Amino acid sequence: MTLTVPPRRTATSWLSGARRLAALAATPLVPADYVDLIAPLASRSDLRARVLAVEPETADAATIWLRPGRGWRGHVPGQYVRLGVDVDGVRHWRAYSVTAADGDRIAVTVKAIPDGVVSNHLVRRTEPGTVVQLDQATGDFVLPAVPGPLLFVTGGSGITPVMGMLRSGAPDDVVLIHSAQTRDDVVFGAELRALAAAGAIRLVEIHNDTDGLLDVRTLPTLVPDLADREVFTCGPTGLMDAVEEELAGLGLLERLHAERFRPSILAIGEGGTATFGTTAVEAPGDRPLLDVGEEAGVLMPSGCRMGICFGCVLPLREGAVRDLRSGDLTTAGPGVLVQTCVSAAAGACDLDV
Amino acid sequence: MTALQNQTTSPVAHLTPEEIEELGRALDAIRAEIVASRGADDAAYIRRVIKAQRSLELGSRAVLLFSLFPPAWILGTAGLSVAKILENMEIGHNILHGQWDWMRDPKIHSKSWEWDNATPADAWKHSHNELHHTYTNVLGKDNDLGYGIMRVDEDQKWHPLYLGQPVYNFVNMLLFEYGIAAYDLELGKNLSSKKRRQDPKFKAAYKAVGRKVRKQALKDYVVHPLLSGPSFLTTLAANATANVVRNVWTHSVIMCGHFPSGVETFTRSSIEGETRGEWYLRQMLGSANISGSNAMHMMTGNLSFQIEHHLYPDLPSNRYKEIAPQVEALFQKYGLSYTIGSLPKQVGSAWWKVIRLSLPNNLIGKPASVLPVRPAVERADVAA
Repeated sequence: MTLTVPPRRTATSWLSGARRLAALAATPLVPADYVDLIAPLASRSDLRARVLAVEPETADAATIWLRPGRGWRGHVPGQYVRLGVDVDGVRHWRAYSVTAADGDRIAVTVKAIPDGVVSNHLVRRTEPGTVVQLDQATGDFVLPAVPGPLLFVTGGSGITPVMGMLRSGAPDDVVLIHSAQTRDDVVFGAELRALAAAGAIRLVEIHNDTDGLLDVRTLPTLVPDLADREVFTCGPTGLMDAVEEELAGLGLLERLHAERFRPSILAIGEGGTATFGTTAVEAPGDRPLLDVGEEAGVLMPSGCRMGICFGCVLPLREGAVRDLRSGDLTTAGPGVLVQTCVSAAAGACDLDV
Repeated sequence: MTALQNQTTSPVAHLTPEEIEELGRALDAIRAEIVASRGADDAAYIRRVIKAQRSLELGSRAVLLFSLFPPAWILGTAGLSVAKILENMEIGHNILHGQWDWMRDPKIHSKSWEWDNATPADAWKHSHNELHHTYTNVLGKDNDLGYGIMRVDEDQKWHPLYLGQPVYNFVNMLLFEYGIAAYDLELGKNLSSKKRRQDPKFKAAYKAVGRKVRKQALKDYVVHPLLSGPSFLTTLAANATANVVRNVWTHSVIMCGHFPSGVETFTRSSIEGETRGEWYLRQMLGSANISGSNAMHMMTGNLSFQIEHHLYPDLPSNRYKEIAPQVEALFQKYGLSYTIGSLPKQVGSAWWKVIRLSLPNNLIGKPASVLPVRPAVERADVAA
């Protein structure tokens, strides 16, 4: 005789049974669709955040305090998050560095750029209480585990990931060279100057209206012990390219960490008809296929929008695309995936959405 | 109605090809205006409707947990019926048309939406969006003309089986969601031969419908009744009633779209090389509106603006009302008749057609087409 002991009903198995029942009762929706009606931050599968406050930093920059929903896994200072913001009814995703964290709140700091659909909306027209879509923090622009002496070279809103690092209690020996249009345009200006006055950092401000652009050839003069430092740079493409070139010339390239907000566009494609699933549109040669698809109403997967995270890749079924950063041509073939955020049509192309 | 190309006096004979293209450009301009002005208010509208519908459904199902008590049964059944109608019409049908894709919200997108209906969204999008909306009212191409089981146009050949079509239509009305599922599968065609029956594509589609029907039935006829405990049977009856009410309502509204008198049909050859203007013209003449209150428009999913919907199937439904006067003015300007009537009148007209055309043409005082099928007058002109 064999004795079969029925498995004991544990709390978790009851819970999973209840979940299955709820799913059967909610079909063709999922139970979360009903929970979203009253508690949009409760969802674990769709991370969202509520805007708590919008605090002006400069005339055209503001810090947005957010309460992330359940499922937020936290961040490492220097990392960025993607925010999905509805502007005029249309969802746009953008990446912003986390500049502060306080308990269960995080902050991003946004600089409104001319014609910037999302940045202007966030800085000027966002009300507390608004719910935005959120993605987990990501990015490897973070301090080393045991940081030695550091040099930050930043420009404009490139200060944002660095501010996140400095606020988290940066190491003792920090030099920050920051470039902005005017003294008033320096985001976090007062706080940085206070840190410098307290001796926590050495701050070199370059104000373009009076000092001109930062000449990277002066870096070894500005920072005599440059060779001993890990260098972090973030800012406009021109600045970052110059820093990279200078450090390469000095043989210090392996000490450089760079965070790009947008790809440096070097090449343009030929343009052509781009087909996304069942939608076909004319795609110009100088615009990322991601933007072209989105404007045509296609539900494009997207990520950092600067060629880093591979969240936007799609199979290229037919035709060719050109990488806007390098000019490289990619032609279709089995298993060929392309980053739509940095690829433009090079003739007709067909992407599998 | 006799196919437009077979009528002795065509209602479009007075239009020159240039006028038809001019009409097309005027309609394009209306479209462009709406596309340019889509915005936060529209997005708020569809989210509000979805929220209201889900709250109503949830509330009604909660009330039905106590459906043993007659007042709870009546209230819950009425609420659930309205919720199911809203879900299928103003929400499901319109989202599946891609009317809200521009918002780029994956939760309200034609790619990801699934609806509370026996037929899977993918099957519906093919048969409805691609076939019916492209070949609207073209005999032999648009299966919506009688759904393949009825004769709704004098130019469709009579067969003794059509004698039973008033009964078929009545049964189809009660079971409409399953009728649509069978229609999307093109059962008539696909069951006709062994080769078709064993086609892997058909088998996959058939299985998908089976899965969807099982899940839907499990929800309405097992899970929610079980949750109601002692009210099992009454909740079962309530859910069945709500589904039938939804079926009867949607069937009636949809019959009003293309069956009432005044709506034109077209021959196959007339759409060869059809221009944009001619396509618009066919949509204008091939559809009929329903007059009524805002609540009625909402319950029909704004398909009461069937003409506007057929001209612009992917514009947000909440904007049809706003453009209807402009569209009607174009009908007047170009001497065309804008078919519109109250719901009872249009439903009556459509049913009368189903009953009348169950008989052969010679018994209803209308001989079969005496004129040969010829290309549309305007086509000949364009070619010349």
